[in-house]
Amino acid sequence: MNFDAPAGPNLIDRMQVVGKPYDRIDGPLKTTGTAPYAYERHDVAPNAAYGHVVGAAIAKGRIVRIDTAEAATAPGVIAIVTAANAGVLGKGDFIDAPALAGPVVTHYHQAVALVVADTFEQARAAGAMVQVDYARAAGRFDLASEKSSATLAPTSPPTMRGDFAGAFAAAPVKIDRIYTTPDQSHMMMEPHATIAEWAGDRLTVWTSVQTIDWGRRDLAKILGMPKDRVRISSPYIGGGFGGKATAMADVVLAALGARAAKRPVKVALARPMMVNGTVHRAATIQRLRIGVANDGRILAIGHETVSGNLPDGMVEPCTIQTPSLYAGENRMTETRLAVLDLPEASSMRAPGEAPGMMALEIAMDELAEALAMDPVELRVRNDAKVHPGDGKRPFSTRALVPALRTGAERFGWSARIPKPAQVRDGRWLVGMGVASAIRGARTRTSGARARLETSGRVVIETDMTDIGTGSYTIIAQTAAEMMGLPLDRIDVRLGESDYPVTVGSVGQRGATSATSGVYAACVKLREAVAQRLGLNAADVGFDGGRVVSGGRRIPLADAASGGPLVGEDEVEFGEELGKAYAQEAFGAHFVEVGVDRFTGEVRLRRMLAVCAAGRILNPKTARSQVIGAMTMGAGAALMEELAIDKRFGFFVNHDLASYEVPVHADMPHMDVVFLDETDATISPMKAKGVGELGLSGVAPAIANAVYNATGVRVRDYPMTLEKHLAKLPRIV
Amino acid sequence: MSGSNEMEISRRGLLVGSAATAALTTVSVADSQAAPLQPQPATMKVTMKVNGQRRSLDVDTRTTLLDALREHLKLTGSKKGCDHGQCGACTVMVGGTRINSCLSLAVMHEGDEITTIEGLGTPEKLHPMQAAFVKHDGYQCGYCTPGQICSAVAVLGEIKAGVPSHAMADVTARPQATNDEMRERMSGNICRCGAYSNILEAMTEVAGVDA
Repeated sequence: MNFDAPAGPNLIDRMQVVGKPYDRIDGPLKTTGTAPYAYERHDVAPNAAYGHVVGAAIAKGRIVRIDTAEAATAPGVIAIVTAANAGVLGKGDFIDAPALAGPVVTHYHQAVALVVADTFEQARAAGAMVQVDYARAAGRFDLASEKSSATLAPTSPPTMRGDFAGAFAAAPVKIDRIYTTPDQSHMMMEPHATIAEWAGDRLTVWTSVQTIDWGRRDLAKILGMPKDRVRISSPYIGGGFGGKATAMADVVLAALGARAAKRPVKVALARPMMVNGTVHRAATIQRLRIGVANDGRILAIGHETVSGNLPDGMVEPCTIQTPSLYAGENRMTETRLAVLDLPEASSMRAPGEAPGMMALEIAMDELAEALAMDPVELRVRNDAKVHPGDGKRPFSTRALVPALRTGAERFGWSARIPKPAQVRDGRWLVGMGVASAIRGARTRTSGARARLETSGRVVIETDMTDIGTGSYTIIAQTAAEMMGLPLDRIDVRLGESDYPVTVGSVGQRGATSATSGVYAACVKLREAVAQRLGLNAADVGFDGGRVVSGGRRIPLADAASGGPLVGEDEVEFGEELGKAYAQEAFGAHFVEVGVDRFTGEVRLRRMLAVCAAGRILNPKTARSQVIGAMTMGAGAALMEELAIDKRFGFFVNHDLASYEVPVHADMPHMDVVFLDETDATISPMKAKGVGELGLSGVAPAIANAVYNATGVRVRDYPMTLEKHLAKLPRIV
Repeated sequence: MSGSNEMEISRRGLLVGSAATAALTTVSVADSQAAPLQPQPATMKVTMKVNGQRRSLDVDTRTTLLDALREHLKLTGSKKGCDHGQCGACTVMVGGTRINSCLSLAVMHEGDEITTIEGLGTPEKLHPMQAAFVKHDGYQCGYCTPGQICSAVAVLGEIKAGVPSHAMADVTARPQATNDEMRERMSGNICRCGAYSNILEAMTEVAGVDA
């Protein structure tokens, strides 16, 4: 099925199953501990040996000598993999840093050896016996020092419109500010884990990968084998947030270990190995220059950003939202990449928008204050009718102003006192903050297979993954809607490379793309059912488990009485709609904080998100996506920061105690409002994603609330208490 | 202190670096003759009552309770998120008290009664806390979920039993299942997906108090 024109009325519009807040169909398995994650597959590999990763103790340099003699004779040891016996390894398309070091070391905790033994304890003990001598090389580990050598990132070319410099110079009110965001870690709860097994020249990995087809492609390239000899299975994934986008070090090492040991091998990265041993979100330094007229209209807006990475690594594209969000005739963005020798930076939830909005939306707050204008009003005044960056394309939908207005009303925004540090509640300084939210609404070709079993149940198979997003449930809802069945008559099987390829769980495009693939497959299955029953597909209805045609109501199962029926298709998204329309999801975040006037501690008191993201396929799971994103945004605002040892070039706080993430006690009750919307230009489902929209704008809303509480502007995330403590209002 | 450390490593790097080219050497297991035979790991027999069933194991004394459950008894509901007591995903109950099973060796539990997530309920017959998590969507990826549920059940038990907490203004008072009280007691269980708000609603329902 091609999707290159806006969807007309279709079966999903019935909304009998889609759009309802069903409980997750995988809930009973997940809550009883019976959903099997990668490392737990005793059923497929009961005789798996254990691989222990020995990580590099230097950030950059060479292995001079590696002595595995003692480890090799340790009890239970079966094999030791190093660069010397691993063979030539290629490179995947998504991650640049090699999984295995030798002789060159590219990052701290890069694997230098994998020790395989009969038991976990034996492998770990033997791993400690591997002796490695390194030659350290000097490295570049400080973004601020390398900033001046940064070059324009080819993947995020500069944008320009009008005369930014002239308009900025002439603007009556303006700000010119630098904001910084730190390196952040995904810290998904399930560590990277894989069981690998070879059968001749065919490899199967039970692993935890968000995008099965990328994992398969990259693993095949790294191992130098045809893609069709690699099978990947990831039915349950314990979180990813971009950190498991493709096959990471665990997958490569497990495959190498299994080949050397000649039996299945399981490898999990120890928690302290994950931060330096895999990927993270890069720190950024951003400059915002915004000039406005006295009535608040933006005359000139410039956004520049620099982040660091390996020479071929991705840039954190923090300017991505700036051409789309606010109006203004004169504008520019520049996105630069500095070369750093830290571990590789990669995608983390809402790459670009998450840190980009952290800067842009404080700048808007500063501007509102300079104008003595309400921050909601300033944003409303700069709403755009067409895409501000190109001045041409209309937005497919753009509910920024309704989101801001609805949020302000629901949150009680009118009670906010614009002058900061005016509200006290006992020992607490109280403040409110707002920020806009925006995240691109993209899609990518996705397929599915729908099979009507003789039992009358429908089985959906796609390589889409569920990383906590609710894919299982919304896919079942889509199939139930299409086939006129109750939800409990649908079985969903995900995360297998043998199934039709989808976009996977990346870039907030999974939900609408993958369910559209299911929609397409079900259209085919409906045709097959009609044909089998000798009916005209054009005037057949599917309702209540029956096929309805004229006056006849035939049980759906009858169509499969002679054997199962299969419908398989993919939805292929053309480029036309993206060229004709600016496609974005919009929202607004409102936050109330209390700041302890004695200690400077920030506590979240209330949080509200208003989201307009097309059709909401399941309000319960979509809401969870948003509150989860708000929680991650709270971490970004208040505590999350990878600390760099700039002498030795590694992230120091590489575990869950020292890299602080929000816990129960940090988070208040949260409210989420979805605005009623469908967007027919996105997909047959008319839905956009929410998982990243929910994050883009949370942290600056908190930062702005902290400012409103204290009167101390912090432009350097996270807003830890020492950054404002000495400047808090005096205690009298 | 950090200065001297840096110097030491630099000197070593310099010495090694000047020692000519890097020749990688490896020893394959079969060919290795160099090192003397090392002693076999110590093992010990331990018998525990797991989810009501008597289970006897002969385990490496280094095996954690978590790995005994996951790797030996194939009870993989208890999760390994960090393996050193920072995340709570491995929470189980020992004699009714919740612990991080990754911080405890299996051989320390001779005769103990262990309750894991598998002992609370099954997909067909959910424990009320499991059912409340499903109803309130108190999970996303599901990996921290068994630990959250074991903790949640234990927390309500602790409050009922009058065990005080840091969140109480008066630690001699009788604790109540308030939001603050439950959030404080649950804070050893990290959920990176951020289901906290929903977990609290699930717990509130089971506790039978108003949110």
